[in-house]
Amino acid sequence: MSLLEVSGLRKRFGGLLAVGGLDLSMAEGEMLGLIGPNGAGKTTVFNLLSGFLVPDDGEIRFAGRLLAGLKPHEICRLGLARTFQIVRPFPQLSVLDNVKIATLARHPAMPIALEAARAVVERVGLGTRARELAGGLTLADRKRLELARALGTEPALLLLDEVMAGLNATEIDAMVHLVGAINADGVSVLLIEHNMRAVMSLSHRIVVLSFGEKIASGTPREVAADRRVIEAYLGEEYVHPAQA
Amino acid sequence: MDPTLVGQGLLSGFLFGGVYSLMAVGLTLIFGVMRVVNFAHGDMMVWGMYLAWLLSVRAGIDPYLGFVVCAGALFLLGLVIQRGFVERIVDAPHEMQILLMLGVALVLENAALVAFGPDPARVRSPLSQGTVWIGPLFVDVARLLTFGLAMVLTAALWLFLTRTELGRSMRAAADNPYGARVIGADVRRVYAAAFGVGAACVGAAGALVSPILPFQPASGLGLSVTSFNIVIIGGMGSLPGAFVGGILVSVAESMGAVFLSPSMKELVSFGLLIAILLFRPAGLFGRTAS
Amino acid sequence: MSLVKLLVLLAVAMLAALPWVVGSYLVTVMIFIFFYAYLGQAWNIVGGYAGQLSAGHAAFVGIGGYASALLSMRLGLSPWIGMWIGGVLAAALGAVIGYLGFRFGLRGFYFVLLTVAFAEICRVIALNVDAVGGALGLYITFTGNPRQFQFQDNRAYYYVALVLMLAATAVVREIERRRFGAYLTAIRQDESACEALGVDTLRVKMLAMILSSFLTGLGGTFYAYYLFSLQPNAVFGIPLSVEIVIRPIVGGAGTVMGPLLGSFILSPLAELSRTYLAQSGWTGVHLIVYGLLLIAVVLFLPQGAYPALRRLARRRA
Repeated sequence: MSLLEVSGLRKRFGGLLAVGGLDLSMAEGEMLGLIGPNGAGKTTVFNLLSGFLVPDDGEIRFAGRLLAGLKPHEICRLGLARTFQIVRPFPQLSVLDNVKIATLARHPAMPIALEAARAVVERVGLGTRARELAGGLTLADRKRLELARALGTEPALLLLDEVMAGLNATEIDAMVHLVGAINADGVSVLLIEHNMRAVMSLSHRIVVLSFGEKIASGTPREVAADRRVIEAYLGEEYVHPAQA
Repeated sequence: MDPTLVGQGLLSGFLFGGVYSLMAVGLTLIFGVMRVVNFAHGDMMVWGMYLAWLLSVRAGIDPYLGFVVCAGALFLLGLVIQRGFVERIVDAPHEMQILLMLGVALVLENAALVAFGPDPARVRSPLSQGTVWIGPLFVDVARLLTFGLAMVLTAALWLFLTRTELGRSMRAAADNPYGARVIGADVRRVYAAAFGVGAACVGAAGALVSPILPFQPASGLGLSVTSFNIVIIGGMGSLPGAFVGGILVSVAESMGAVFLSPSMKELVSFGLLIAILLFRPAGLFGRTAS
Repeated sequence: MSLVKLLVLLAVAMLAALPWVVGSYLVTVMIFIFFYAYLGQAWNIVGGYAGQLSAGHAAFVGIGGYASALLSMRLGLSPWIGMWIGGVLAAALGAVIGYLGFRFGLRGFYFVLLTVAFAEICRVIALNVDAVGGALGLYITFTGNPRQFQFQDNRAYYYVALVLMLAATAVVREIERRRFGAYLTAIRQDESACEALGVDTLRVKMLAMILSSFLTGLGGTFYAYYLFSLQPNAVFGIPLSVEIVIRPIVGGAGTVMGPLLGSFILSPLAELSRTYLAQSGWTGVHLIVYGLLLIAVVLFLPQGAYPALRRLARRRA
């Protein structure tokens, strides 16, 4: 049974068709990359999947359940967690307390939630910063925190929205390593990214969106070689590592 | 229901709407330019009224002339409040701004209470004695004059906002979510001027109303609530909206007084506010507040 | 036993012994302090922790007071029972306001206006409906009968007020330690982020509003049976809402000690001005001071006095 089944997903904002009849599916354990130029509708898809926006048409089936009409917190409880493109840490809480809010979803008792949060914080490599206020972190650490929080809700599917944006090369490598490890542990990941190296190396499959439409899907190598993708997004210069 | 009575109410409401419009335009200007909600708006208007009263009683100046002084005084007050307080918390969370203006409202209202006492006051203008007949309806000369002057002031404000550089900067800031950046370097000056002009509007409105209605320090809250009603209906930040809204609300209130008992009027006013808050926070003309 | 627990017990013991050591006037001032600390603490749940500024909490005091007074006067029901009914009725209004506000996405200034509008509607209704006393309000006959929530001795009221204050503080302390409190604090900072982390923000905020209005409603009975009169303008009006709100804000909204500290600072001030300045047209001076304090707090101590003191203490240590 596939983890995520999206069919005919459609969303319009006034005159703009942000997402036009998208079909998408993900298997358990998969890492799916979602790429495309700015304004292609990628974050809109995330908002639709996580319940922050209501689709005009189409169906979203997660773990066999229809997500229609569910609020974001209910969808999170079902096991679909997301991060935000512009990270939203709770600025006045410590790193640990930030993640604790997430773990409280699965462990209502404070001491247990705290323990679970500690584990997640260690896992993403923020152990040394656990007591620091989130408002004072570097961007790279805030991105880790954002990831840690979503992870704290113990999701089956994790939606990562441009989690590499704004990071330098070293930080990106570390993040790629982390995301890969999370996926290897069994969490399925749907990844929006502009960093091609990261997406191509991490993803099992890739879906390309342009102006709200899916223009290609397949393995990273297939997508990199696809004529339409090159024209719409990648450009002639891009060479997939496997083809080099 | 006697149609003359209804007509009387409509006319009366329409004329009084001029003042409501002026009052509301001031509030929406402050909000539009700076995204600050002036909770002290009604209390500023009450000070406009009391200043007119002072001028009339101590200096023998008719409020229909003295309103200029009231506008000027409130302009200065607005500048002081903006430069002294509001400017410092421009980046703070909204709750802080609300609390700040509530504090200002408390100070203004109770300073008036201490200075002038709790009893209703009234300004006598020789003009408030006369009445004029328009067909089957009669109207106080005072109300006509108030309406006329309020319209003149609103027109003057419109000219200021469209013809002067400072005014255009204000409108640019109000129309654009990146207001400050659009104006460029002299943001502080534009903000201070906006607050000052907004306060001046309501100070003039207060002076113009003083010969028509009795007032007391406690009137501030009701006037603030009415201002919010108008501005939310018309659209937060929309100047035409405030203008049209002022006339609409005044007529509605007048009709309310004709058909309902006076004590119900307040109920209708607050009920209307709740309904507007729930169903039309964007208003007729405007966009939602942040 | 930890040092903090010891200090708290010591403080409570001192407060318990106080009425036997000081004069009647001071006991009255303390009652004032305790009662407004209680109301402020109740407000703190929704206004401080949940961050939903309500400027209409007087409505809950009014409903609670009127309910128990009317039930006692018309049906002979003991206010000790009527108190809880008043609380439930206040909570019902709180639920309505909360639901309308939260469901329709009213935040910040819009929510403040909503609460003010409801409080004013209650006031106007109480003022104009003769069946509940109309403009004259309700007067409670003094019997001094404890079964009717009345006491001959000022000191009895002192202990009731003290218990109320301690109980509310205990409730807030408990909330802070639990998931509910953590959620409230997070919602205050970023609601959407909370939703994405599985928090049912509507439910949490509703709970805060209901609990807050319930506790405030309970206080209404104390108000009625301590002052022996309920005047619509006094018990539903903005001035009472200001009194409720200003203590936690000055003391530190969203902290356990905030409302207490705020009340200990402000209540004596208000009482002094009321006693010495209330004659000869100086009424309202303490409200001017309140306004100035609000401004000062916003500009210089936005989190309130208690967090500032705590930081100072840490730096010295």
